[in-house]
Amino acid sequence: MTTARTQLGALALVSILAVTACSGGLGGSTSAPSAAASAAESTAPSAEPSAAAAEPVTLIVNTPTNDTIVVRAKALTEAYTAKHPDVTFELTTRPDGQDGETILKTQLASGDIGDLFWYNAGSLLQALNPAQTMLPVTGSPWLSQIQESYLPTVTVGGEVYGAPNEPAMGGGILYNKKIYADLGLQVPKTWAEFVANNEKIKAAKITPVGATFAGDSSWTAQIMVLADYCNVEQAVPGFAEKYTNNQAHYADTPTAAAGFQHLQDGFDKGWWQKDAGATSFDDGLNGLAEGKWAHYPMLTFALGTIAERYPDKIDDIGFFGIPGDDAAKNCATIWMPSAYYIAKNSAHPDVANDFLGFISSVEGTEVLSKALAPSGPYVTKDSKLPDTVMSAVQDIQPYLDSGLSVPALEFLSPVKGALLPDITVSVGSGQVSAAEAAKQADQDVEKQAKQLGLPGW
Amino acid sequence: MSTKEAGPQRPASVVFPPRPVVAPKRRPRPYSRVVASRYPRWFYLPAGILFVAVFVVPTVLSLYFSLTRWTLFETEFIGLDNFFQFFKEPALVSGARNTIVYAVMTSGLKVIIGLLLATFLTTRLRVRHVLRSLIFFPALVSTIAVGVTFAVLMHPSEGLINRSLELLGIEGPRWLSDPSMALFSVALVDVWKGVGIALVIFIAGIMSIPEDYFDAARLEGGQWVRFRHVILPLSRNATFTVILLSFIGGLRTFDLIWTMTHGGPGFASDVLTSVIYKQYGAGFYGLATAGNVLLFIAVIAIVYPMMRFFNRHEVEL
Repeated sequence: MTTARTQLGALALVSILAVTACSGGLGGSTSAPSAAASAAESTAPSAEPSAAAAEPVTLIVNTPTNDTIVVRAKALTEAYTAKHPDVTFELTTRPDGQDGETILKTQLASGDIGDLFWYNAGSLLQALNPAQTMLPVTGSPWLSQIQESYLPTVTVGGEVYGAPNEPAMGGGILYNKKIYADLGLQVPKTWAEFVANNEKIKAAKITPVGATFAGDSSWTAQIMVLADYCNVEQAVPGFAEKYTNNQAHYADTPTAAAGFQHLQDGFDKGWWQKDAGATSFDDGLNGLAEGKWAHYPMLTFALGTIAERYPDKIDDIGFFGIPGDDAAKNCATIWMPSAYYIAKNSAHPDVANDFLGFISSVEGTEVLSKALAPSGPYVTKDSKLPDTVMSAVQDIQPYLDSGLSVPALEFLSPVKGALLPDITVSVGSGQVSAAEAAKQADQDVEKQAKQLGLPGW
Repeated sequence: MSTKEAGPQRPASVVFPPRPVVAPKRRPRPYSRVVASRYPRWFYLPAGILFVAVFVVPTVLSLYFSLTRWTLFETEFIGLDNFFQFFKEPALVSGARNTIVYAVMTSGLKVIIGLLLATFLTTRLRVRHVLRSLIFFPALVSTIAVGVTFAVLMHPSEGLINRSLELLGIEGPRWLSDPSMALFSVALVDVWKGVGIALVIFIAGIMSIPEDYFDAARLEGGQWVRFRHVILPLSRNATFTVILLSFIGGLRTFDLIWTMTHGGPGFASDVLTSVIYKQYGAGFYGLATAGNVLLFIAVIAIVYPMMRFFNRHEVEL
């Protein structure tokens, strides 16, 4: 029997519910009103450099939670605020690896990523649909301070979108020089020498190669395949173009499939540490510095993090490109630096554009060098590396000087499969054979090519 | 005997027992199979609109998008290409197999453990309430939190589980890093989390069994008789409910797998939902939608016959 009081109570509850339902959702996108405003005003960015904004402006910058990237982001934004006190920054993060990519793509599609965000350059950029999600910076005056070889990696459909925020990096094998010295080993110039070195290291009861196959670090497993590209290009010149046109594949090109075979060799010969499936990227770096393993296939951007954590051990780390079969043609694969891009509905496109000019300037590279020891040469013209550059970075220089360096495939071709991390972990943990993995990689690439609408697929 | 008798007519009320006083009958309401509602059909409208808008419309739309190549900004109709591409997916066959294995494992374990625990916790044990709460508590915790916590606990060398086993001199298995064990480890965590709900359903089922049966069991024998001849047959409804619910949940599982292994190492613990999620993450929205349509059909195809089989003995009263 409902009394009047109960009925009144029920009515009160229902009206509270109705009121809260009508009010805006939690954390409603503040970019919604600014999206309308900036969509109306955003055209090609203005040509005035370092235009001091009259009122205080806050730019939202999104990066993965990777240590190296965050440290660089903080350094660059703080330096910019020092120059332009009315511009402050709010740094937001997304998870590293595949998870973060998913979140980024979703936020870009829904338009609430903020003003600026970090992302790779090269073929991966196409997948973000720049024409729909980013503001072009074509025609900005500061573009002339960047080396011409870099610009194609941040250009899609004729429009330039990003500015580099870090040095270029080498991709290959980081090795522990102390272990090499203790065991009297030489830097291998052919794959056979590398195998022989690993046997000796194993005999000395040290793990030859660190492997980081944990769920969120699966991206590290691809390095063995991707960093081998310089050998592929040398054996099959023009592979990148044939690959883009569906004329050459991993499965039918032996040098290309070699990368997968190397992973299988690593598993079969027992080069990895016992818990490879549970070791994360961070543990991988720490283990290399601490001497738990002698080699770690990685990009040299990670050296900055090792230098931060083990400043006294950083010069014990060296670098060599993944060896092929010909000692005379020992080469290294180079990764172009990642970039920052401006979101299409940024509330402050002019200030964001100016920030991009700052980070890619000589001054910007000096800020970066102070924040983290540079892990390669910068792509800014006239930039200089400090004298105290890390020994591993000095190891990259000969490859660049001799011309025996090739940009990675993702900078020469718009096609890159999304499941390569999982496929390489499968081979590395012994679940599939190298031949099977190469076939899977080709099938994976087919999906991406069709999604991009490339001819010939 | 003749109806017409000689003599004065006695009032009917003396011969026949007095008729009980009944309220005058209203117009009799039609009794059909479904009890007729006193409310007009229009009361369904608000819920109906919500249901159509939030469930039916997106389902139909996703059926459409699964036939297109979709970049979220433009669509290109390609017919059944997505479905063919999905079947060519190398991870699909192992993903489908893993999904069935996972569903059967978790469902089976939840039923067995749930029923045994419920039998035990419906005796006159003094601590039964405390134990019931303890066992039910994991069902209340966020799945993501459970996944992340157990991923740390299950680290092969530094995790608490293996370290404790080491103290006892046993070398713990490589829970999440061994490809052949990864799925099994996640299933165990799923059972730990979900057995509380199974327990509650079974307890309700057991409580609804009339006391007479339990009295008879007490007279005829001990715990085993009580279980085998009273609880097991008479909690059939609860058992079927738990099997159905946990099987559906197992087929659709995602959170735990993703937080604990990301479907790894490689594709070892990939299930249908994580395969679909990886494709969504790579930006293949049409392909991922096609995968979801397939999952929808697969779940219905498996669960509907199960339901019919379980309820075949039910009759309309």
